[in-house]
Amino acid sequence: MVTDTAVQEAERTVTKLKAKDFNGKVDPDWCPGCGDFGVLSSLQKACVDLELHPHEILTVSGIGCSSNFPGFFNSYGMHTLHGRALPFATGAKLANHELTVIVTGGDGDGYGIGGNHFTHLARRNVDLTYIVMNNQIYGLTVGQTSPTSEFGMKTKSTPFGSLETPLNPITAAIMNGATFVARGYSADPKGLTDLLCQAIQHKGFSLVDVFSPCVTFNKDNTYDWFKPRVKKLEDEEHDFHDWKAACEQALVWGEKIYYGKFFQVEKKPTLNDLEPVLNEGGPICFRELGLAKEQAKKLLEDMM
Amino acid sequence: MNSDKYDFVISIGGAAGQGIAAPGDVLAWIFVRRGLHLYTYNAYQSIIRGGHIFLTFRVSTEKVYNHGDKTDLLICLNQDTMDRHLKHMEPGSWVIYNSDTIKPGEAQDGVQLCGIPIKELSDNNRNKLVQNTGALGVCMHILGLDFGILEDILTKQFIRKGQTVVDENIGVARAACDYAVANFTPCSEAIPEGEKPQAWWSGNEALAMGGACAGVKFYAAYPMSPATGVLHWMAKYARDLGIMVRQVEDEIGVATMAIGAAATGTRAMCATSGGGFALMTEAVGSAGMMEIPVVMINVQRAGPSTGVPTKTEQGDLWQMLGSSQGDFPRIIVAPKDALDAFNTVPELFNLVDRYQCPGIIISDLLISEGRSSVDPDDINFHPNIDLGELITKHSTNGDEYLRYKNTESGISPRAVPGLKGYVHVMATDEQDEDGVLISDEFTNPVKRRMMVEKRGRKMQDIFEHVAAPEIEGPKEADVTLVGWGSTYGVIHEAVEQLKTEGITANHLPVKWIVPFHVKEIMEILSNCKKVIMVENNYSGQFYRYMRSETGLNVDTHIRKYDGEPFMPHQVTNGVKEILDGETEVFVPEHKIMV
Repeated sequence: MVTDTAVQEAERTVTKLKAKDFNGKVDPDWCPGCGDFGVLSSLQKACVDLELHPHEILTVSGIGCSSNFPGFFNSYGMHTLHGRALPFATGAKLANHELTVIVTGGDGDGYGIGGNHFTHLARRNVDLTYIVMNNQIYGLTVGQTSPTSEFGMKTKSTPFGSLETPLNPITAAIMNGATFVARGYSADPKGLTDLLCQAIQHKGFSLVDVFSPCVTFNKDNTYDWFKPRVKKLEDEEHDFHDWKAACEQALVWGEKIYYGKFFQVEKKPTLNDLEPVLNEGGPICFRELGLAKEQAKKLLEDMM
Repeated sequence: MNSDKYDFVISIGGAAGQGIAAPGDVLAWIFVRRGLHLYTYNAYQSIIRGGHIFLTFRVSTEKVYNHGDKTDLLICLNQDTMDRHLKHMEPGSWVIYNSDTIKPGEAQDGVQLCGIPIKELSDNNRNKLVQNTGALGVCMHILGLDFGILEDILTKQFIRKGQTVVDENIGVARAACDYAVANFTPCSEAIPEGEKPQAWWSGNEALAMGGACAGVKFYAAYPMSPATGVLHWMAKYARDLGIMVRQVEDEIGVATMAIGAAATGTRAMCATSGGGFALMTEAVGSAGMMEIPVVMINVQRAGPSTGVPTKTEQGDLWQMLGSSQGDFPRIIVAPKDALDAFNTVPELFNLVDRYQCPGIIISDLLISEGRSSVDPDDINFHPNIDLGELITKHSTNGDEYLRYKNTESGISPRAVPGLKGYVHVMATDEQDEDGVLISDEFTNPVKRRMMVEKRGRKMQDIFEHVAAPEIEGPKEADVTLVGWGSTYGVIHEAVEQLKTEGITANHLPVKWIVPFHVKEIMEILSNCKKVIMVENNYSGQFYRYMRSETGLNVDTHIRKYDGEPFMPHQVTNGVKEILDGETEVFVPEHKIMV
């Protein structure tokens, strides 16, 4: 493949893209007022700010309301299986590390059915950005409890109140080794755009868990519920290099709930950096196939 | 021993941890470097220490297809092996054992019991592995091999541990060899030399190497017997060959990661056994729907569930046929041996790239963990590579690109992410030609039908690209044996055995499961006098599949499902009993307790 970076650079200076250039082929079919609209517009803005072009980006999702994201966003996309966005994205990123890979999905998709992959992606530190539109409910299946639903929450599957303690995505990601961990709020698109820019620029696995209220099925954690509670972490004296402090702030839940960047390790090598196969030769997807004569000779020698 | 060709079988038995593999490797290297053909089968259990391991080598001047019917030379590393196997040893055979610790029982006349006083011959060496080296020394004498050959190999094997260890081992081997010369009668025919040195490999190594030759650049796996050998080979050679190898958290992650890599245009592969494949199942359908080519290998073991992890079976056929919900094209192929497995990988990659669909290779423990010699000239390290309609250059014309374009062939040219002018979404939901979902509010029965037919139509010319099964052996025969996959080698020999008993048999080995050569198979079988299906499972999975595709009824079967592979005489006996009208479904008794 001809990468013609110089040409791309030239194009960029001429045509600065606008947010609408990242509109997908169809308009979002989310419920009016859904938090996911804010996430979509923030990501579009972030991509404009970062001067990315649609063909350089791959968005990967699982299944759920928010996982319909790639269809509403103009970039290459994979709308994959429920809970499996992260391993699909990992394969794609490792096979073509020049792509900007952004994974989008919901709390059920990522922390429930995909929980195992979430754990391992965090420790693996593949250079991709994971945006979770966390609405604390299963929306597309019309309202059941999710891994982030609060204790006691009444849903169609817990009509008498949930008996389970919710998972905290921020502390979970930090404890599993994620190198960029943030919480966004879809009603603060400016703050979210900034977080997404940082997350995409971060080298390594970045999680941006976004409060993205479900206006249809979650009658507890509504905009009105969040509004008086959410506080910007940047207004506090928080050292995002301090994982203990990050966890403490992430666990504050009640009258005050912080959002912003909780944790970052800037210099940890990514899996892409560590993998010797990627040291030279460009993305493996564009490399020559088949064995060289000397390689074949060596293989045969080892068998004789 | 067979009179017209050299055909000799050595078995080594002991407990896990007794070091059976090392002397096994020494013998194997001696044989293949002499130009002899080899086939080994290791019967073992899911245990790291203890249990009973029984490693069998069959060596010949001609190609060896299976591990044979009997043992000519038995090496017992413990009493348990003696107790289990001595009774099966026939006149003209040898049994080597450490007479300090192992007592032989009742042997048939003509079985030469070769007890070696290891303690005395090794100057009281307390290393428990010393008896293995001693046994190799005795083998040299019995096989009629020059001791220098063993000396060379032992030197190479132990030099890293220092000259003292080398000297110690050679000393024991020589003392045991001298003791054998003085006390035991060797084989009347010294082991011959073949035309040229042979290579040797396991089926798993062949599968992995086939992938490397096909241009696999991404391999993912979760360890699972008996497929782990593919991962080990890939990991060992990854850096030299530029292959990205990943061990993933589970087989769901394995398969989806491989497909993610494949979505970028990379040739990606993964392997597992049936239980792991159960987890990969949802991914098979995703590759079908997103039309992403990927090769997945199922190395079958005895199931269901955890089953018998270290034993063989052909019990996953219907799992492969039905893996993933919905109706979509896939390719399934069951190679017959290691070399065929090697060649099948690039062949299948070309097909899945052409048809943009998942491809499944069905191997089993017998093929994958069995080790065999191979003529180095038969290994094509540079197979033809055809990526099909793959777009890897930026678009320059500005035309709208339809990833799932409804073409006449059903095959839509596939552009990979990163290219200008081809931006699109691949979805596991049903989608329109442009990749926009039609599953949600946009559902449209006309479009849904169009897309189902587009995918289905892709395979219409596949028969032009895969070879139809053919009868092996005489055209006219009293009986036709039908098998698939790994039973090839054993049926091949059973046909020869039957001939010596005056029964003309031939063999129809089937390799391609999907697509299935209905026309050819019906033509062949409808002209056969008597058909017997041979398969390594209880319910006749392949027979039931063949019947569903062809409508052909076959009422005589040879089946085995005790975990051990068929031995040739078991198939031969089955044919005779069936022809005598004694039974319709013959299940051999496996007498060797391993």
